[in-house]
Amino acid sequence: MARLEINRITKRYGDVHAVRDVSLEVADGEFVVLLGPSGCGKTTTLRVIAGFAEPTSGAVRLGQRDITRLPPWKRNAGLVFQSYALFPHLTVAENVAFGLEMRKVPKSEVNERVREALRLVQLGQLGERLPRQLSGGQQQRVALARALAFHPDVLLLDEPLSNLDAKLRQEVRVEIRELQRKLGLTTVMVTHDQEEALTMADRLVVMNDGAVRQVGTQQDLYERPTDRFVAGFVGRSTFIDGEVEEPGRFRSVGGLLLACNATAAGPATLALRPERIMLRPAQNDGMDNHLAGVVEFVSYLGATVDIHVRISPKERVVMQLPNGTHGSASKVGDKVHVAWPAVNGIVFVGGTG
Amino acid sequence: MSIQGRMASLQMLGRVALKGAAGITLAYILTPLVFVTWLAFFRQEIPSFPPEGYSLRWFQAVAGNDRFVSGFILSLQVALTATGIGLCLGLPAALCLSRVRFRGREALSNLLLFPLVVPGIVLGIALYVAHVEVELATGLPIIGSLAGLIAGHVLIVIPWTVRLIMASLDGLDRSIEEAAQSLGANRLTTLRRVTLPAIRPGVVAATLFGFVTSFGNLEMSLFLVGPGRTTLPIAILQYLEWKIDPTIAAVSVLQILLVATVMLVTDRFVKISRVV
Repeated sequence: MARLEINRITKRYGDVHAVRDVSLEVADGEFVVLLGPSGCGKTTTLRVIAGFAEPTSGAVRLGQRDITRLPPWKRNAGLVFQSYALFPHLTVAENVAFGLEMRKVPKSEVNERVREALRLVQLGQLGERLPRQLSGGQQQRVALARALAFHPDVLLLDEPLSNLDAKLRQEVRVEIRELQRKLGLTTVMVTHDQEEALTMADRLVVMNDGAVRQVGTQQDLYERPTDRFVAGFVGRSTFIDGEVEEPGRFRSVGGLLLACNATAAGPATLALRPERIMLRPAQNDGMDNHLAGVVEFVSYLGATVDIHVRISPKERVVMQLPNGTHGSASKVGDKVHVAWPAVNGIVFVGGTG
Repeated sequence: MSIQGRMASLQMLGRVALKGAAGITLAYILTPLVFVTWLAFFRQEIPSFPPEGYSLRWFQAVAGNDRFVSGFILSLQVALTATGIGLCLGLPAALCLSRVRFRGREALSNLLLFPLVVPGIVLGIALYVAHVEVELATGLPIIGSLAGLIAGHVLIVIPWTVRLIMASLDGLDRSIEEAAQSLGANRLTTLRRVTLPAIRPGVVAATLFGFVTSFGNLEMSLFLVGPGRTTLPIAILQYLEWKIDPTIAAVSVLQILLVATVMLVTDRFVKISRVV
């Protein structure tokens, strides 16, 4: 395994920037996830690393090598595709052996390493089957075994779980992550599924419009999003537009005066996580922000309940409460009081989306 | 009657109608084949019903007829050669058309279909005139030559090879080629080890349709054959100008058998029905 370094990659198709000035370092053995909506440039970035798209400018280094201009077959990167891309005319074992044959590994060693790779993904028995005789989950494992058998310098996963059903997906997430840790694989995964990204990554890269918006751990992204896009994409947020009138004081478009911990004045957006807003008695018990509101929408989600509360003619907040704790706010029209400490609000000055 | 009952009987009616329509269509297609085959075994010389008896004498007549035998051999020769050349040209063309984006790609793709659209007679005359002109200009013996005949047949084989192979390539998941490359296979190895095996059914179907098209071609060949060089369809036509007896039916049966055998044998190895 090796360290991967992407240095100021830009990929332009005509006038369209698919990827704009993206830099990223993945440490040896680290699992980095590129996360973003479709069309955000995450897949193009992965294809640049794999060698299927040549960057307009910038460089890619893998270990000690500059691989920017190398064709895919000289990069030694293991790739797992969304569609698995198994060779339909070859058996499972032949699929897994393909990368080894290309490297002219002696026949006896090929068999040994194919067995090892299949054992790794718990498919030891199925070597003689054809891909179409396997379930989706099994095909996914074969694809993984094939990408690992030749001992790649980096493992690249392109939405590897999106064709599995929800239950299986959760199991495979954990399996891949444990395997990756055990083998110390330098891994880059692309996904649009934030839960998947949060479960698997050491670090996440949030992308939008071809550019990196934020790089960080799960906590960094959730607790300290650097812009409104990240706050909306990773986890949920209610956004209230307005203005920081003076340090610590936010006036919303709807006229609410709210305490916040912004230090710079100017147009801004206040973001609130739904589970960081509380239901309170009518009497303010010392919260920085304490507002009267009316329940407008309730959705029951089992473990939690979402409640939409109107707090001004122009503003509504969404709160998420553990089931059973929403007593006074159980139906539309209920009058409630909501509250949160100033530190629970995240302020983006400039109000950029 | 309840609503469910009415629905059920409507569904039943629909199913009967569907089966009926399918049956009629099938009968429409098969009736001529059945009659031709039946006729080939009649004993009498004038095809009339009911048959006076049955015999195999017309099959013997075919085997003893030099024009049919040499026509069959020539047709086989021409069809095999033309299909081979058509594949050699069609495969790279299909790869290029489906893999490379360039200007005029659509136009070129349609141009390659053209020989299918132009009536055989027109194609034959055009080629004949072209042959005459080229022979006058260069002095090379082209008119009525075997090479000229084969070249013409290549032209009608190409639309099938290009189109069928392209259809296979378009249906192929591109990522399996990328997977091969990521595993260390260069472009040529990827083509040889992954792309070609994956589109094999399409290539086989292309070969088959090319062969059948060439083997059965009459109109265009009429203009391209030379003295003493007659394809089987032309031999049949010429025979018909003189007499109508069950020999023709016997030849047809043999031809049907040949094509059907090729189809069935091929279908055992690749499912043609998946491609066409």
